[in-house]
Amino acid sequence: MKLEKPKHATYGLMAEFHTPEELLEAAKRTYAEGYRRFNAYSPYPIHGLSEACGFTSTRLPLIVLIGGLVGCLGGFGLQYWGSVSYYPMNIGGKPLNSWPAFIPITFECTVLVAAFAAVLGMLALNGLPMPYHPVFNVPEFTQASRDKFFLAIEARDPKYDAARTREYLKNLSQYGVYDVDR
Amino acid sequence: MADQQNIPASGGHPQEYGGLPAPPPLIEPGHTFASVTDKISAIVLKKSTPKGWIVGFAIAFVLTMMLFVALGNLVITGIGIWGNNIPVGWAFDIINFVWWIGIGHAGTLISAILLLFRQQWRTSINRFAEAMTLFAVACALIYPAIHIGRPWVFFWLFPYPNTMGLLPQFRSPLMWDVFAVSTYGAVSLMFWFVGLIPDLATLRDRAKNIFFKKLYGFLAMGWRGSARHWHRYEVAYLLLAGLATPLVISVHTVVSFDFAVSILPGWNATIFPPYFVAGAIFSGFAMVLTLSIPIRKFYGLEDFITQRHLDNMARVMLATGLIVAYGYMMETFMAWYSANPYEKFAIQTNRFTGPYAPLYWLLIACNVLLPQLLWFRRFRENTLALWVMSLIINVGMWLERFVIIVVTLTRDFLPSAWRMYSPTRWDFATFFGTIGLFLALLFLFLRFLPLISIFEMRALLKETEEKQD
Repeated sequence: MKLEKPKHATYGLMAEFHTPEELLEAAKRTYAEGYRRFNAYSPYPIHGLSEACGFTSTRLPLIVLIGGLVGCLGGFGLQYWGSVSYYPMNIGGKPLNSWPAFIPITFECTVLVAAFAAVLGMLALNGLPMPYHPVFNVPEFTQASRDKFFLAIEARDPKYDAARTREYLKNLSQYGVYDVDR
Repeated sequence: MADQQNIPASGGHPQEYGGLPAPPPLIEPGHTFASVTDKISAIVLKKSTPKGWIVGFAIAFVLTMMLFVALGNLVITGIGIWGNNIPVGWAFDIINFVWWIGIGHAGTLISAILLLFRQQWRTSINRFAEAMTLFAVACALIYPAIHIGRPWVFFWLFPYPNTMGLLPQFRSPLMWDVFAVSTYGAVSLMFWFVGLIPDLATLRDRAKNIFFKKLYGFLAMGWRGSARHWHRYEVAYLLLAGLATPLVISVHTVVSFDFAVSILPGWNATIFPPYFVAGAIFSGFAMVLTLSIPIRKFYGLEDFITQRHLDNMARVMLATGLIVAYGYMMETFMAWYSANPYEKFAIQTNRFTGPYAPLYWLLIACNVLLPQLLWFRRFRENTLALWVMSLIINVGMWLERFVIIVVTLTRDFLPSAWRMYSPTRWDFATFFGTIGLFLALLFLFLRFLPLISIFEMRALLKETEEKQD
């Protein structure tokens, strides 16, 4: 029985650039051409690049806010429960819910959970850890973490056509167009 | 007009700076993304370890072993091996705890607060300043754990479900400390690690040794520099900076509450929170200078950690030193103005003329008088003098905590409770042992991780080039 070849044996095509301006321009043009499943790779964050790739907002701030609120309510709740319900102590008739004294720990818990939410949220939304990704199959890609810039168009993109997309990328980049195997 | 003004190599814009010459560049000209990457990663990836590193690490390691001996003896024998007594229940343990935590604050300030203020000069120093913070907090955390009478039940400090119906005292500053310092350690660790991820990817891609390639690859978690990922990364980094800023202020405020919330004269002062925070930044920047000046010399990083960086750090030291001096002044003024005889005695009579007076005057010399030399540009530009000044300030800030803690405790309300304090060899062994631990961790960091943030340097390079166009 013959094994079915996967629908896309290739992940897509990748073009190389040498300056951030070239990459930004390329990303804008690619989006204007109608491609949607593509990504840009750079060794440092480039202002405006992710917007050019069609990615404008992220849920991360909301996640961090929720984390902060959980921490705040949790921290205060722990102290309130401990002082009022679980182990109330009558110390000179002073109020059990001594909320001014609870502020420092409440604040620290807010920051702690918010920070965890920021880090774990960022990693989760980015899909990290992801030790394998098809772009690593291109040997030149090791320079993406040094001084080269790349644009990769996925084969899954509805506008992707092996010949035409390759032609388009060859026009875009003077440095090189590579096949990205899955 | 242009030829009359002194335009430096970076080609500054005279109009932007009100006719004055532009400040010196943050990166020496002539670098590219590749050269910046190669220079910094070469320190980590080269096969042979420099002899100086081996010698330094060996000394630090020996001191760390001494720390373990001191801690072992402490747990086996008890707090009696230290010089603590009644009334001086807190001595070297809390002095060193506060000293280390204070040192840690500069790293977070450089990483987080300078990021929020968009100060680009933070870029070449923030990575190892954050590492310094982490190691300082690690050394600091040793003390609360070991200075309790039964260190083997230190976990009782945390509110965990247990069969004894036990909860810690949430209303106590000592508990606030537990939460504050734990949070500070955790957030600093995460902030530092998140900052490292893209650089670990760089090391993964450049490492030739298979073991290190896999190790860095594992830690880099598959980072590939995707634009979408960078977007979320920058959002997370900015949010962490926004969280870390009030955190760092709150941590040393809570540490100051250990004293300010009490009723002891000399401790019960509302100036303590801002004065402690400023003092923490003061000593922290001093430690950053103590470390960065030899590091830049030894690793040849003058192109990245430039004279402008040293100058800026010296100015921050001067500013915070002045705030600390103000704190001393206000303490003394309030002691007199309050007409409270105990306050007057504790702060004026006892500190100025009491048994530990020489240490108090040495403190004033180290923290108030000598740092005034930093006003002079020629002093700030002399790297050796600046380094010696940073050491003096570190000593001065240690003395400040000694004066606050020991001098107050040896002479409190009732003369019948007065008693002298002197440290024992185990106090010193523990203290120098923690210095050894700090240096050992630092040396390991210098050898195995990029000590300057590579991707931020690339971004800085780009922005510096854009300014020149």
